[in-house]
Amino acid sequence: MIFDTLMIIALCLLVLAIMANLYRVVKGPSSADRVQALDSVGINIIASIAVFSVFLHTHAFFDLILLIGILSFIGTTAFAKFLERGVVIERKR
Amino acid sequence: MSGSGEVIGAALILIGAVFSLISAIGNVRLPDVYTRSHAASKSSTLGVLCALLGTLLYFLISDGYFSIRLILGIFFVFLTAPVAAHMICRSAYRHHVPLAEGTVQDELKDYYMENENMELDSEDQIDVTEIESKPLATD
Repeated sequence: MIFDTLMIIALCLLVLAIMANLYRVVKGPSSADRVQALDSVGINIIASIAVFSVFLHTHAFFDLILLIGILSFIGTTAFAKFLERGVVIERKR
Repeated sequence: MSGSGEVIGAALILIGAVFSLISAIGNVRLPDVYTRSHAASKSSTLGVLCALLGTLLYFLISDGYFSIRLILGIFFVFLTAPVAAHMICRSAYRHHVPLAEGTVQDELKDYYMENENMELDSEDQIDVTEIESKPLATD
C-alpha cells in the first residue's frame, strides 16, 4: 500500500536526521554542541515512535512518547547545569 | 472515511519528517554553537509537533480514538524544547565558547563581564564559608 510506503519514507528521513545529529555529536568542538545534538536526537526519536505507531496501527506506544520527552528534558537540563556551575544539585546551606 | 484520515496523517507526518531532516542539516552545516542551537531547537520542535499532530489526527479520524497522551506529549515538547536550548546556550556563553568568524557585534559581553564577576565572587564566598563551617557543625 502507498500509505505504508509513505510511513517508511518518513522513517528513513528521520533516521537520516538522527545520523546527521550523531555526526555533530562525534565531531562537535565544544560539549554544548554535543548536548544540543543529543537533545535533538531525543526529539527525533519521539517523532520516530509516533510514525512507527502509525505504521503498526497500534495505541501501545503513546506512553513512550511522553516518557522519552520528559527524560530527554531532564537529562538536558541536568547536563546544562553541570556545564554551567560544575555541580548538578547545589547545596545552598 | 478512513481515506481522509490517511491523507491528512501522511501529509503531516511527511512535513514533520522533512522539517526534522532540515533541522539536522542545519545542525551539521552552521558555523558555531548558537546558530546550530537556533536550527536544532526551532525546526526540530516544529517537525516533531507536525508528526505528533499527524498521528493524533490519523487515529482520531480513522479509529475515532482520541489520545490524551499525545496531547500531553505535544504540549510538553512544545514547552520544554526551547527551554533546554536556552539553558545550553547560556552555559556555552558562560564558558566562553567562541562565536563564528563573521560575527559583527556581541552585545551580551559587557553585561556578562559585570554580572559574572559579581556572581563568581559571591559564590566563592558562599562555598568557602560552607566548607569551613561544616566540620565545626558536625563536631
